[in-house]
Amino acid sequence: MVARVQVPANARRGDVIAVRIAIQHPMETGFRYDLRGKLLPKNVINSLVCRYNGTEIFRAEMGSGIAANPSLQFYTVAADSGELHFEWVDDRGVRGEERARLVVSG
Amino acid sequence: MISRRTFLQWMAGLCALDAGSARAQAVASNDLRPLIAELTSGAAVTVGRIRVETPRLADNGHSVPMKLVVDSPMTATDYVSSITLLSPRNPRPLMAKFMLGPRAGRAEILTRVRLNGTQAVLAIAHLSDGTFWSGSAEVEVTESACLDAV
Amino acid sequence: MSCVRKRWCWGLLLAGCMVAAMGADNGPRQRSGVDYASEYIRTMQADDFSNPGMLWVTRGEKLWNASDGRTGKSCAGCHQDARSSMKGVATRYPLQDRDSGKLLNLEARINQCRQVRQGAEPYRYESDELLGLTAYVAHQSRGLPLAVRIDDSNREHYLRGRATYNRRQGQMNLACVNCHEQNAGRRLLAETISEGHGNAYPIYRLEWQSTGSLHRRLRSCYFGIRAQLPAYGSDELLELELFLAQRARGLAVETPGVRR
Repeated sequence: MVARVQVPANARRGDVIAVRIAIQHPMETGFRYDLRGKLLPKNVINSLVCRYNGTEIFRAEMGSGIAANPSLQFYTVAADSGELHFEWVDDRGVRGEERARLVVSG
Repeated sequence: MISRRTFLQWMAGLCALDAGSARAQAVASNDLRPLIAELTSGAAVTVGRIRVETPRLADNGHSVPMKLVVDSPMTATDYVSSITLLSPRNPRPLMAKFMLGPRAGRAEILTRVRLNGTQAVLAIAHLSDGTFWSGSAEVEVTESACLDAV
Repeated sequence: MSCVRKRWCWGLLLAGCMVAAMGADNGPRQRSGVDYASEYIRTMQADDFSNPGMLWVTRGEKLWNASDGRTGKSCAGCHQDARSSMKGVATRYPLQDRDSGKLLNLEARINQCRQVRQGAEPYRYESDELLGLTAYVAHQSRGLPLAVRIDDSNREHYLRGRATYNRRQGQMNLACVNCHEQNAGRRLLAETISEGHGNAYPIYRLEWQSTGSLHRRLRSCYFGIRAQLPAYGSDELLELELFLAQRARGLAVETPGVRR
């Protein structure tokens, strides 16, 4: 799955920083039909976790009420330099992940 | 052989039915109370502290920007542990649940949601002190002018 | 002239002006579709994170650098860094290919490169791969004005495209010009009719819940007027695309655009 992550290039310790992730996924509701009249089965990213140097800082449990190609923005306090690791899974069990480096001064 | 009177009564009945269902469309179709009770384990929910910000008029119900903001200091002892998003009108009333915590720094989430028609979306915040707070926003959902061929 | 005193003469003159205006290449206005969109769509398009079309640009970047086909070459193998080599390219499309003699849009050019240079299978229209690569290439021209050139090599195509644009079609018997010039800025149900420029394609359309090509959007228009849909990549759509590019000359490329 193609994903885009955005975190500030640099941060000072204690700063509240915005963390953004966008993922290409149809978030298929299970209520749509294809042109032949066949029901398209539900398939959404149902769980997304973000870990900061291994510690979970954010979790989202989502349903078909979240728009296609989901985009999330949340916040975290800049602590040590390190890595933000995102992991997510959809109803079919297909997993995705993305990493972003964080440089924290002070 | 139906009498003219009976026929007219039937027609009046049909019209009343139509008006009734049209009115019902503008009103919520999901009873959120059992879902909320399950979420809070029966605890009371107070209106306040959480704001739901969305456009008043949505271009398209498929993708409506939404911002959830909770008034909380987000310290180690006073923080938001979760925010749940509920819809009175979508086929699945539970839209999403976001888990935060003291490391969040700010209790604010931005995302885009799907709305199955005009409705007031409801958000419930669960705080570290065990209390529940709610906020909502009404969104008008319009449709595209030309039908699409996919 | 003796007829000048007669009302019908003025009527004829007025009709003549209207017909001339109908056949004009550029409407009186020159505004991108994003200017007719709501504040939320404009914000969504302006921010590279909020813009879902950028997911396809990212995909295109990955494909650009991936080796493919019999030759195992990547686009980068010949074209190096797209940010410099592809800058300005999208502003000149559709164009007449000297070697094949065909009118090519960006999609057709990418597929031609794949087949001839990489020995790879062409990508289907509306596949994530073709949308990704087209969006990535066009994105390198973002902010630059459209500058397609009409000369003897493509004039026939251009004139046919113009004829399509002005021809009433479908059950509704409407021509593109009827909505997109004569009624641009006015409401059609809940939407505001734009001028119908193609300067932001491929676009992310909220209605589609995905990114799509100009041909997909044109086919939607044909569907809207209840006309038979021309095939993706057909001559009719390519020639219309050429006419539209000339008509939008000067407008900045916005790829990836966001529309409702």
